[in-house]
Amino acid sequence: MNTANLSLNFNERVMFTLRSLYSMCGFTQYKMSKFEEYDLYAKNKDFLISDSIITFTDTNGKLMALKPDVTLSIIKNSKDLPDTIQKVYYNENVYRISKGTQGFKEIMQVGLECFGNIDSYNICEILTLACKSLKTISNDAVLDISHLGIMTSVLDAIDVPSYARKDILKFIGEKNIHQLSSLCSELEISENNIELLKEIVNTTGKADEVLPYLEDKLEGVIDTAPLKEFSAILNALDSDIKNIINIDFSVVSDTHYYNNIVFKGFINGIPSGVLSGGQYDKLMQKMKRKSGAIGFAVYLDLLERLESITDNYDVDCVLLYDKNEPVENIKSNVDKLTLKGLKVLACSALPNNLKYKELITLKNGEVSTVENNA
Amino acid sequence: MKTMLNVALPKGRLGEKVYNMFEKAGFECPSIKENNRKLIFENEQVGVRYFWVKPSDVAIYVERGAADIGVAGKDILLEYEPDIYELLDLDIGKCSMAVASKKEFRDNPQKTLRVATKFSNIAQQYYMSKGRDIDIIHLNGSIEIAPILDLSDVIVDIVETGTTLKENNLDVFETIVDISARLIANKSSYKFKSEQINKIINEIKTQLEA
Repeated sequence: MNTANLSLNFNERVMFTLRSLYSMCGFTQYKMSKFEEYDLYAKNKDFLISDSIITFTDTNGKLMALKPDVTLSIIKNSKDLPDTIQKVYYNENVYRISKGTQGFKEIMQVGLECFGNIDSYNICEILTLACKSLKTISNDAVLDISHLGIMTSVLDAIDVPSYARKDILKFIGEKNIHQLSSLCSELEISENNIELLKEIVNTTGKADEVLPYLEDKLEGVIDTAPLKEFSAILNALDSDIKNIINIDFSVVSDTHYYNNIVFKGFINGIPSGVLSGGQYDKLMQKMKRKSGAIGFAVYLDLLERLESITDNYDVDCVLLYDKNEPVENIKSNVDKLTLKGLKVLACSALPNNLKYKELITLKNGEVSTVENNA
Repeated sequence: MKTMLNVALPKGRLGEKVYNMFEKAGFECPSIKENNRKLIFENEQVGVRYFWVKPSDVAIYVERGAADIGVAGKDILLEYEPDIYELLDLDIGKCSMAVASKKEFRDNPQKTLRVATKFSNIAQQYYMSKGRDIDIIHLNGSIEIAPILDLSDVIVDIVETGTTLKENNLDVFETIVDISARLIANKSSYKFKSEQINKIINEIKTQLEA
């Protein structure tokens, strides 16, 4: 059977392309069980997108959960080898609350994780794969990148107290400059420092324009070595990758888990981020690992929004045959059409509400096109 | 053809004020002022499409990408917590979210406080931050009568002038947060239509500073 002729939907095509892309870069597939002990998630609730989890009691009395996340399970089940590099990718369903309905939803997720001694090359490779993943979906894509290490250094330098950081980061994530300013004023942060913070949040654009500008602004405020390292990594990327990268410090993740680079990918036409990732050494430390880690996930369920634009027909062709037509005649005509690569529905009565490009009738051995909607 | 910017406006007086700000910013759409029941209006030349929606739904239209930008009250943003950018405080539609009750009300910390409100999330978070045990009674309207009929001890609701409270013999006991209209944007749209969105923001900022 020729697999090229298989009728894959857009999500499936993207899924297979991504799997092959990750395999080519030395990532091996990680297959896991649908269930995990609830305790793992209870200890790391803030790392999860939603803290609602489907639980059940296993036959041995253990409280189990349907996986709301893949990364935690991979870390838990992998060996801690801090001097080397382990690369895995996964293609799994996760179970999370859907915001609109407040009901649980099964979400297909593809992603990858890189553990061990994370160096600049590993970060560069992950960013490249994140961009290529977005381009697999659409060329009209943007990967927003931020650096939590730099942001944390700025917050330290301008004396933002730790109790206020959660709110400050929330306002930064919303690009909510008005509330960011008023909270900073309440915290008695100087006007100059408030302006500096606003500028960092507002300055977005291509890495080669934004980073030298910020380096200049932050000279003498923080140690700019991480900023220089960040620039060097981004400069090493190929130009077609750089083209879709946008520096935006409003990308924030939980600083208890993430450090260094964090990123979020967007596709024109899909209303929310389809890719999310970053370096999460702090989560590794929390889970008593010496290794560093970086990875990302692609949310395939969101891609349906794009597919609806292109797939306007249920089938290419309907072959409407007369009930007295011999079976072998019907079969040979269906075979002729399918050999052309068409999706064919053969039937003796036209189903209601079916959308087709072409309607062909077969009566007394005669084939004739009676409708063409293409 | 110009890329259309979809704008969700809250139906009512606030929406009309907001439209005037957009019009002054160069994003006019004269058909919106015609007296009819249409809900969607567009001006292809300028590249803008407006639609009137229920004020409490604006955030949903924007979060889900049906609208690229919109104007919503801070009360709705705090209650629904949409994943959007909150780009500008428009300094209009000002009011406050407050706790009110009968004039003679005394909070007895030994009892669970019964709170009637349309804004369950805001009320819950406010009392959680104070460590107060409460029982939320979610209502959809006429919140003011809840303490009078002993359905609740207090209400958490929006207070504009305070007239409705006074007429129902209620007093404001605490202000939770000040509310005003905010310009919000869909996070993905902001990446791909940033030029148009930033133009509107800068023009409106100039109007606000004038």
